[in-house]
Amino acid sequence: MSSPLPTLQDLRVAVTGGTSGLGLALVRALHAQGARVAFVARDASRVQRVAAELAGTHGIVGDIANKTDTHRIALQINAALGGLDVLVNNASSLGPVPLALLADTECEELEAALAANLVGPFRLTKALLGSLSASARDRRGSALVVNISSDAAVTPYAGWGAYGASKAALLHLSRIWNEELAEHGVRVISFDPGDMDTPLHALAVPDADPASLKRPADSARELIAKIVAEVAA
Amino acid sequence: MKAAHRPIQRPRDAKLLVVSASGLLQYAPRSELASFFRRGDLLVANDAATLPASLAGIHLRSGAPIEVRLAGRRSLAVDDLREFSAVVFGAGDHRTRTEDRAAPPPLRAGDTLALGPLKARVLRLLDHPRLVALAFDGTPDAIWAGIAQHGKPVQYAHVAEPLALWDVWTRVAALPVAFEPPSAGFVIDWQLLRALKERGVEFATLTHAAGLSSTGDAALDARLPFDEPYHLPQATVDAIAVTRRRSGRVIALGTTVTRALEHAASQRPLHAGDGLADQKLGADSVLRIVDAIVSGTHEPGTSHYELLRAFASDAVLARADAALLANGYRTHEFGDSVWVERSTDRPAAARTRRLHIAQVSRPRARAESSRPAVPLPRMRSPQ
Repeated sequence: MSSPLPTLQDLRVAVTGGTSGLGLALVRALHAQGARVAFVARDASRVQRVAAELAGTHGIVGDIANKTDTHRIALQINAALGGLDVLVNNASSLGPVPLALLADTECEELEAALAANLVGPFRLTKALLGSLSASARDRRGSALVVNISSDAAVTPYAGWGAYGASKAALLHLSRIWNEELAEHGVRVISFDPGDMDTPLHALAVPDADPASLKRPADSARELIAKIVAEVAA
Repeated sequence: MKAAHRPIQRPRDAKLLVVSASGLLQYAPRSELASFFRRGDLLVANDAATLPASLAGIHLRSGAPIEVRLAGRRSLAVDDLREFSAVVFGAGDHRTRTEDRAAPPPLRAGDTLALGPLKARVLRLLDHPRLVALAFDGTPDAIWAGIAQHGKPVQYAHVAEPLALWDVWTRVAALPVAFEPPSAGFVIDWQLLRALKERGVEFATLTHAAGLSSTGDAALDARLPFDEPYHLPQATVDAIAVTRRRSGRVIALGTTVTRALEHAASQRPLHAGDGLADQKLGADSVLRIVDAIVSGTHEPGTSHYELLRAFASDAVLARADAALLANGYRTHEFGDSVWVERSTDRPAAARTRRLHIAQVSRPRARAESSRPAVPLPRMRSPQ
């Protein structure tokens, strides 16, 4: 375990999809290193379990793909942390399970992938821009939005159409937003955590050898190093 | 004035009436708002997000349906939210005018209220049968979750369709502490902030727990605004100091910003931190910080209108009212806007000498006062 990074102390971070995979590893690591953490997930009992395991974290039940949940989630994030310095849009949907060729993907499945992977992060980020820009003014450093990306956002893998297209759109949205929000001190970046041993990966590739996959904790550590570098900039 | 009855924060045909320091009136489409700022000015907005502060439920002792409108809290601390002051209504909802709403059942200390997933206890009455102090059960996280899930934005009969949270959050909404939207801030979008930056105008925020604007009860309305906690960031205090040095103006976006800044300034020097605005601003108030206010249109008799009297004389405000009426300006939270500069004949004696000098050396003051008066101005066509 690396030594605590002083810049994480008291940093206010929100993580969506915080009860499994990379999100959970991230919540654990941030909590261990002294950040103030709120996390969001759909399943109330899992949210409760993680919040109980990691005393001091704030669990929020909600579905980022659902428009009417967006401001309720944003309200609770701002309330729990008294503002926000870093938002990690981690919650993702794979699209059709098992993976389907694009021509076999129903429009509703594509829409659901876009709702979770593109529109959801767009809406939640927008609802939290007030606190993120306030953080940038008050701290005189950057506030940060991290959108979790994938190599499928760049490389056209057959069978990954809904996921890849939604992640490609998110990647470009991040780049445009980063341009637009620079003058307000809010950075928007993408982070590709690699192929990890997570529930999402197991849905996509059920017979993958876990030993060949990255541990989510390792990706979380890389992401935290990136967060520290960005907010200190 | 007619009410704006659609929940649209920035209608394309929104209008602005500018009341200059010398009492001149100027009409403009609100889309031209940025052009009234000068290089070196500072715009200060209230970045409070609006709570869904209307909680429907049951008064358990009587079984009667009630609506609780959260109305106040002693601080902004996010974990200090057990106790609220609240206005209680009987059966019904916003579609009935507040003045016509049924009274709640008789309330007394110890009564319990079931409000969706929330449970609250009446601690005491606050010198009025409908104004109570209440305490929620549960952890702060559970209370926030309950309010987020069950609450609805406080709304009034002039807007028929149910408001969603996104209707009442400004673009810069952050900490959820306002009981009604700081609606002057509806004019802000990120394009405006960009336009201001390009003009050399600074932008800063404070957080002020804007309270209810009306209760429907004359005795309670006379007590408005209730005490409102606020937080003034150091960055904003610094921005005000820089603005003064550059002879710029401090433009407050709304009554809540004015109230917070002037309250903070009453304990000089202006300092950052938390405060409780308990003063009422009116004709006799001396403004120490705010040079102009951008606000919704307000009707005489309201506490918001009283605050405008700190900026301009009754004669000037009467002319402005007549102009608003004659030109079809719309009122209430989704309505049109006014820009009212602190009149040159308002007392400024309390300012420091240096600030006073900064006032008279404003670069464009002369040009403005030589602008011709507009006794019966015509609307400029929008866009």
